[in-house]
Amino acid sequence: MANLNLTLKVWRQLNAQDHGRIETYDAKDIPTEASFLEMLDIVNERIVEDGGEPIHFDHDCREGICGMCSLTIDGVPHGQDRGVTVCQLHMRKFKSGDTIWIEPFRSKVFPLLRDLMVDRSALDRIVAAGGYIDIRTGAAQDANALPIEKDKAEAAFEAAACIGCAACVAACKNSSAMLFVSAKAAHLNYLPQGAPEKQKRTLAMVRQMDEEGFGNCTNQYECEAVCPKEISADNIAKLNRDYAIASFKEAVS
Amino acid sequence: MSALSCCIHSAPCRFWNSSIGKKIIVALTGIVLVGFLAGHLIGNLLIFQGEHAFNDYAHFLQTMLHGYGVWIARIFLLTSLVLHVTATIQLTIANRAARNIEYQRPATVTASASSRMMIWSGSTILAFIVFHIFHYTVRVSPELAEIGAENPHAMVIAGFSNILVSLFYLIAMTLLCSHLSHGVGSIFQTLGLRSHKTALPIDLFSRAFALFIWLGFISIPIAIMVFGFGK
Ligand code: HEM
Ligand code: SF4
Ligand code: FES
Repeated sequence: MANLNLTLKVWRQLNAQDHGRIETYDAKDIPTEASFLEMLDIVNERIVEDGGEPIHFDHDCREGICGMCSLTIDGVPHGQDRGVTVCQLHMRKFKSGDTIWIEPFRSKVFPLLRDLMVDRSALDRIVAAGGYIDIRTGAAQDANALPIEKDKAEAAFEAAACIGCAACVAACKNSSAMLFVSAKAAHLNYLPQGAPEKQKRTLAMVRQMDEEGFGNCTNQYECEAVCPKEISADNIAKLNRDYAIASFKEAVS
Repeated sequence: MSALSCCIHSAPCRFWNSSIGKKIIVALTGIVLVGFLAGHLIGNLLIFQGEHAFNDYAHFLQTMLHGYGVWIARIFLLTSLVLHVTATIQLTIANRAARNIEYQRPATVTASASSRMMIWSGSTILAFIVFHIFHYTVRVSPELAEIGAENPHAMVIAGFSNILVSLFYLIAMTLLCSHLSHGVGSIFQTLGLRSHKTALPIDLFSRAFALFIWLGFISIPIAIMVFGFGK
């Protein structure tokens, strides 16, 4: 396939105080086998050669497991492709002549650091509030030493796939973090190791989420649609249920 | 501890002030309002059964439980409505604030148009409810009040013979249909009763219910305006 000639509309912003703006770049002669981030690398090299400041963006593993990459492409976090992070998105998905808008993950809770990089530590603070087990659970047990229903094991495993990228927050019309929080809570709440602290964990994580200033879920499922790990909104229903039960138990105990 | 801080730290206050708690209250009050709508519609459709059936029904509502029944229902419904509106306005304000900078090139992947205008459909419904109560319950128009005291059936026919009244009614019912098409399905998710297995039937039920309510309510002014029913 012939190489691509693209136009990029990129959000540039020096720091949190700066007023950001969209700037336009030509991305000429981009090989279709490049990943989206490699395309940015090529553009950045040219910007540096011309004596400019490269476009800053977050990335690390570049294989869809670390959750660091965080670009909103044409309004969709991680781009139109379902079930992939932006580092796994390939340029063959674009056509020559396309104009691509690249913006940061937007939320009041994620202060912008520079250009396309935002500070997502609010998510870490939610995990620190309750997304763990208090005691040492020891080394991995022998298989089947601890019986776990197959359905629950699978649901916990699927929830545990969340890489904490925050695309769900960026896609949500209300900047709600419910998909992330519900995945992190469900992952432990489903399992016998996590069950004893379920009530405490659910209350603590939801309270920290509210404290951070995330919006409220309005059941539109934009989060589920963009999640690179295809985390199910069933987890949100479970969190709603678990929160109601935990609040009731706390009130009467 | 002062009385105020005691209240703020009480379990109901905490629940109300939490994101999920407030949403659960929206869903529970939503159930009350949806249930009322279904009952109200079935009662209204008695108008097609004729003058007797409708006026007997109106009389039954007025005299149920020695006249206390209607007031118990009114207080219960009004409380639900006030909670629903207060909570949804607070939630909507918080939601807008959380996305403080909009995308330059916004996109929507799956959210329905109805789900995105809940506050606007809701506000129209609120305006309609206020109008509707003054129109047919308080009966501020002396003319309608006079007819209504004798014959509620005739009052409805007279009321809907006004084109502006019927038009506003149609618009409000259409937005109510939109509100319900997202809202009814939302109840299940908010209360934790939805999963990927039940998602499709719940969505279909939500839309079918909204359509039923819409067709049912608009059938009355349309019958009067277009087909000259009751005249
Ligand atoms: C007959 C009257 C009404 C009915 C039957 C009704 C029903 C519902 C239902 C079932 C929901 C979904 C609850 C959930 O998310 O679980 C809802 C949500 C909502 N309602 Fe209403 N509603 C009514 C009146 C109003 C009014 C007067 C307003 C005015 C502000 C309003 C504003 C909203 C908003 C903004 C939401 C979305 C809340 C959210 O998802 O966070 N509603 N309504
Ligand atoms: S739920 Fe999905 S979109 Fe949200 S942080 Fe986890 S992996 Fe990212
Ligand atoms: S860079 Fe690690 S997931 Fe994209």
